[in-house]
Amino acid sequence: MRFDTVIIGGGLSGLVCGLKLQKAGKRCAIVSAGQNAMHFFSGGFGLLSRLPDGTPVTSPFEAIDSLPDNHPYRLIGCGNLEKYASEAVTLLADCGVKTTGGGKENGWIISASGKPKQAWLALDDITFINSNEEKIGNSALIINIEGFLDFNTSFIAEAFEKQGIRCRIASVMTPEIDRVRNNPSEMRSSNIAKLMSRETARSAFMLEINKKYDDDDIIVLPAVFGLNSDEDVIGIRRNAPAKICFVGTLPPSVPGIRTQMKLKRSFEEMGGVFLMGDKAVRAEIIDGEVKEVVTENLGDITLTADNYVLASGSYFGHGLIADYNEVTEPVCGLDVDYCKERENWFNPDFFKAQKYIGFGVKTDEKFRARKDGRTITNLYVAGSILGGFNPLLEGSGSGVALTTALCISDSILGR
Amino acid sequence: MKNQNTDNFEQCIKCTICTVYCPVVPVNPAYPGPKQAGPDGERLRIKNNYFFDEALKYCLNCKRCDVACPSGVKISDMIQEARINYSQHSPKLRDMMLASTDFMGTLATPFAPIVNGVLPLKPVKAVLDGVLGIDHRRTFPKYSGEKFESWFNKKAAEKQKYFKKQVAYFHGCYVNYNYPQLGRDFVTVMNALGFGVNLLDKEKCCGVALIANGMSGKAKKNAMHNVEVLGKAVEKGLPVLTTSSTCVLTMRDEYPELLKVDNTAVRDSLSLATKFIFGLMDSGKVKLAFKKDYKAKIAYHTPCHLEKLGWGVFSTSLLKMIPGVEFTLLDSNCCGISGTYGFKKENYDNSQAIGAPLFEQIGRIAPDFVACDCETCKWQIEMSTGYTVKNPISVLAEALDIEETTKLNA
Repeated sequence: MRFDTVIIGGGLSGLVCGLKLQKAGKRCAIVSAGQNAMHFFSGGFGLLSRLPDGTPVTSPFEAIDSLPDNHPYRLIGCGNLEKYASEAVTLLADCGVKTTGGGKENGWIISASGKPKQAWLALDDITFINSNEEKIGNSALIINIEGFLDFNTSFIAEAFEKQGIRCRIASVMTPEIDRVRNNPSEMRSSNIAKLMSRETARSAFMLEINKKYDDDDIIVLPAVFGLNSDEDVIGIRRNAPAKICFVGTLPPSVPGIRTQMKLKRSFEEMGGVFLMGDKAVRAEIIDGEVKEVVTENLGDITLTADNYVLASGSYFGHGLIADYNEVTEPVCGLDVDYCKERENWFNPDFFKAQKYIGFGVKTDEKFRARKDGRTITNLYVAGSILGGFNPLLEGSGSGVALTTALCISDSILGR
Repeated sequence: MKNQNTDNFEQCIKCTICTVYCPVVPVNPAYPGPKQAGPDGERLRIKNNYFFDEALKYCLNCKRCDVACPSGVKISDMIQEARINYSQHSPKLRDMMLASTDFMGTLATPFAPIVNGVLPLKPVKAVLDGVLGIDHRRTFPKYSGEKFESWFNKKAAEKQKYFKKQVAYFHGCYVNYNYPQLGRDFVTVMNALGFGVNLLDKEKCCGVALIANGMSGKAKKNAMHNVEVLGKAVEKGLPVLTTSSTCVLTMRDEYPELLKVDNTAVRDSLSLATKFIFGLMDSGKVKLAFKKDYKAKIAYHTPCHLEKLGWGVFSTSLLKMIPGVEFTLLDSNCCGISGTYGFKKENYDNSQAIGAPLFEQIGRIAPDFVACDCETCKWQIEMSTGYTVKNPISVLAEALDIEETTKLNA
């Protein structure tokens, strides 16, 4: 089956690349072996919050030159990075993903534990503040849904009280919520969101909130609204007695899934082909060029294209496979940058920087993959399968996913 | 040393993504959910079957959990295998009737006008509902007065041998007893492409309804018989095609995974008609000529089992190829019927609640008709929306200029 570009990986990076190319009139197919890390998304896109040595970063673009030479941002270059970052905001908006932030300076979101966490851009429904000192109010009513275990109100209250915000904690129950509670192990964010997509369930819920409300400055709610659209979030905000501050929950992430669904829908509406649940098993590489990709489901009908993109993620997405003595890339057998001695892969102190997170496939300066020391001229690599950066420590995971995807799309388009 | 584990449930990292895509969980809190019913439960069940939960029967076997899982866990197989291995529940008369699609079809065919006339009557529905537990709100698929096999042998078999290229056709129970027109459309299209059609040496029901209704012993017998007759066709070098995504999924994947019937000799020769035709088009082996004046606004629903096979792209690509078609791909949702599941009184409300988002979307789009590769989705969508549902092969039969296509491929 012939396309202009075949993309392996249906997460943030693969989708953004597909969206840009499809918009430019290129026919794309995305092969996605299962769902992706957007399902664990905090709601805040990080560009760069800390340098590899731990120094906090407030102006990410100014800090690029302090990064190591092989960091993906250095390969993109500072000027281009700003261009791609702002292009990402526009692309998200075009798919109906509204965001706040995205300027020269980092802002902060309130993380699931109640502590502020740096982010460069945030989904519209996630509370975004300019400084970690900024008080979002003098008093907060922190509300949970009874029986929902993935939202810890006391952690949030503890963090808020350190900032001098007076907190009250309450939990809300309605007959419909009670029905979901019959199955405690499945009382998860996405199921509450499905329930709350019904107008009647939301009204009953808001009625209970109004009973608990007593002139508090803000009402804190878990981000469990709007799996399919923004309407539910807007509905809650419209009918609330005070400003609502949504705080992320433990996975699955409702705002993340909503974002993923919007991007996928836009991609398909533009004519892109999304092969959900299919797995690229092999790429035929001859004379430094990918000729075709074989997938598990399509079998003898192979995918062929002028260009190929590998955005298959890191260890979680099986873009990289770590065995006891080697780290490999399973689809194309690409060269992987990792240290040979296993004892150097990790630091026994769990909270220190872990080297294995920085492993990734080797590329040239245009993010074209290398195999047996040779550049594959039509295979581009984007997102967390790349090496040379530590997304956990730097807070750069979504930033690298977005900007490398946009950067390689330009190369593919000959720009 | 390799970091591998033979127990598939060990691959589960407890991310809960399967739960997000399970259509049953939001409508039925009595169902433990795919993670609990699958890998979490498996861990306990292999220690002691006391931990088996009869509530696993609420699983639709739609396989959306498998499609969503980022870790390659075969969740639905785990659930269905547990039901086969541990369930103490024996099928009721109703379950046996619903599951025995070929037996009931054979009984009903000679009396089709009577059966079709009687089944929709209120008193009959009341008896089916009250005595058997088949929901009275459910519309029954009609039985045909003439089986597809009888038509084929009388009207079509003779001329098939004149084609240079040949395929075998597993028509399935639905085409044989309920809707022979689809089989006829298949023969029309394949003949126009230059292929003769052969029936198998007495196929039996693929067994999907038997598996779902706790009759895996009977399903296994059918599977062994089918693998044998499929084998005869494959030995002659014939690809075996179906027009039902569920029949092909069952024979291809459920035979080895659930019923432990070895199908390696035939597995790769089994395909869905749309995949086969797309493959021919893609490699330039056939050409299609369409009617100049064909116009249709089509909304395509991907059946769950076709999502699992990953072959929806072939059906949609063929439909999009037809000039004059305004095409919409419907959102990925389960229609809720899942074969015989939605016929049961205890499941009816949940079945309709699961399908509601799909029905609403079809209503908003207001197509000329819906296209879909699954017969039970067809019943459910037709009953719940009033829109006609056509198999893509039937759409091709309508849209192709048969004479011109026949010339191009002669």
